[in-house]
Amino acid sequence: MDISFFAAAVVAGTPLLYAILGELITEKSGQLNLGVEGMMLMGAVIGFKMAIITGNPYLALLGAMAAGGFGAIIYAVLTVTFRANQVVSGLTLTIFGTGFASFMGQGLMGEIVPPDMKLFFADFKIPFLGDIPILGQIFFNQGILVYSGYLLTIIAGLYIYRTQIGLNLRAVGENTAAADAAGIHVSLYKYVHVIIGGVLCGLAGAYLSLVYIPSWQENVTAGRGWIAVALVIFCKWNPYRVMMGAFLFGGLDIIGFRIQKFDIHISQYIIDLLPYIVTIVILILVSVRKSHSGSAPASLGVSYFREER
Amino acid sequence: MLRMSARTDCSRNEAVIIRTSAILLALSAVAVFIMLLGHNPLSVYLSMIEGAFGSGYRITETIRKAIPLIVASLGISLAFRLKFWNIGAEGQIMMGAFGATFFALNFQNLPSVILLPLMGLASIICGGIWGAIPAYFRAKFRTNETIFTLMMNYIALKWLTYLQYGPWKDPGALGFPKIPGFTENAVLPAFFGLHIGWIIAVLLIVIMHIFVNHTKRGYEINVVGESENTGRYAGMNVKFIIIYTIFLSGGLCGLAGMIEASGVNKTLSVEITRGVGYTAIITSWLSSLRAPVIAIVCILFAAMIQGGTFIQMAFQIPQSAAQILQGMILFFVLGSEFFIKYKISIINDNKAEANQ
Repeated sequence: MDISFFAAAVVAGTPLLYAILGELITEKSGQLNLGVEGMMLMGAVIGFKMAIITGNPYLALLGAMAAGGFGAIIYAVLTVTFRANQVVSGLTLTIFGTGFASFMGQGLMGEIVPPDMKLFFADFKIPFLGDIPILGQIFFNQGILVYSGYLLTIIAGLYIYRTQIGLNLRAVGENTAAADAAGIHVSLYKYVHVIIGGVLCGLAGAYLSLVYIPSWQENVTAGRGWIAVALVIFCKWNPYRVMMGAFLFGGLDIIGFRIQKFDIHISQYIIDLLPYIVTIVILILVSVRKSHSGSAPASLGVSYFREER
Repeated sequence: MLRMSARTDCSRNEAVIIRTSAILLALSAVAVFIMLLGHNPLSVYLSMIEGAFGSGYRITETIRKAIPLIVASLGISLAFRLKFWNIGAEGQIMMGAFGATFFALNFQNLPSVILLPLMGLASIICGGIWGAIPAYFRAKFRTNETIFTLMMNYIALKWLTYLQYGPWKDPGALGFPKIPGFTENAVLPAFFGLHIGWIIAVLLIVIMHIFVNHTKRGYEINVVGESENTGRYAGMNVKFIIIYTIFLSGGLCGLAGMIEASGVNKTLSVEITRGVGYTAIITSWLSSLRAPVIAIVCILFAAMIQGGTFIQMAFQIPQSAAQILQGMILFFVLGSEFFIKYKISIINDNKAEANQ
């Protein structure tokens, strides 16, 4: 394995990074949003469409974020205001998002991202950091969205563990009733963080359609949204672990192409299965060891109704 | 000031009215969307209805599409009763179709009366096992079944892809990657102009209704779904109940796959499910998991799909519009359930203060 493999793993892991961070922040508020895949697809298609229409990378990213956020608002209205079942609401969001993306993507098939926009997302070396042997080549010779992914991870960590708002957020997710009694505006916290989560999932989708692929194809996410939901468990709801999970799975995602180069005869179909099988194995290990389950927000997935205490 | 409180007095009629108005609201929301696209929503809806029920042939087509949906929804409703979020129907359908196809391709000399039941049994077992694997881990270690069952979908899809492009590729298709067609004895016979899958679906609805409401096993499922602890204290073998219920759930989805492969496609392909596994999640939830209602909702949804293909031809509206419509309907119904469970009353603040 050469260094370029690890650098490519970082690239492939970046959409996961955004999606995992988004779902993690959502789940910290006690809401389990299974619509990640749907929100990613909405972000991917709107981001791509905006890129084709305007040619402006900022507008494309903004559109993707708005699309993801829009999906999250639907989910938040249903689960926070109307206390609908979170699992079914999230699933519906995924089904809706899939339909939305295939509807909006009609006629985009075969289109490619404009070349000057590719330049915007192109790799550049960060001074000093990029010169570190090995690590510099892997982590600091990347595109702008990879760097902002690092930055977001750190910001999310500081936000959740080092600020008053982050503390309140964790309180809402752990013990909603107590947080409510302490005067925290529970619904507002849930809304805001569900939407932040959706915005990040929209970005994750845009990364796929604008940078990773970068052309339009049906169902660009290919289950990455669901893998992200699983990796939140793997990361023990700790933002600092997100990078590890994301890049590990980024590596699994691309290992197939690499193995072919080394003339090892394993069926392509078996290699394609790896991310899904490893996700299952992780789910099982986590549940067998039980150690992780304690780190889930205690009120995750439970609708809160003040007068039902 | 608005005040919410739990309500227990919501009658069945009221609930039906609330749900129906939710569906109407969803239709009007989509109507606005259709208008933005520059079409007349009324004529789009009318032609959808015409496309689904406008002629004898179209009605048959609609019911043909409803059959796998009904069978899979029955399966999913069983899992949802347990609060086991089985979203692996898609994979279970594929594996069921795989099991059936295995017999269809390898035992072509058997007479229909033996071959078809064998295919049915194989599909139930394959789909059932595909569901029982996550169920085992859920029952034993509380492994998250939502993601597990979903990952199983992708594994099933890759498995079918492998078969279609590899060992099961039709040598007679001149290199085109397709699985050979079934011989005549492996195809479900027709009855009143439609393959007998519709009789199977009707029978299953009746059996499911009786099973869930009038048998001890069905009662156990309802109890464990409400509270696993209650089931445990009552001496039920909760783990076993989870595993065999999900085996049945997956088995029904597998059977839906066999019906599609044998009755409609007369072969197996990676597109065998046509998203039925996901649509069935919506339909079983909309039906409040009740078997007779599932039949009605599934026919309506099949009509939407069938009508969707029609409006694609008539208005050049992409077929995925039907998928958006389905999602919207479920969004609105999910939201409306709040008004079934809670009531909102307006309290006069001044009055409340005066009383203090």
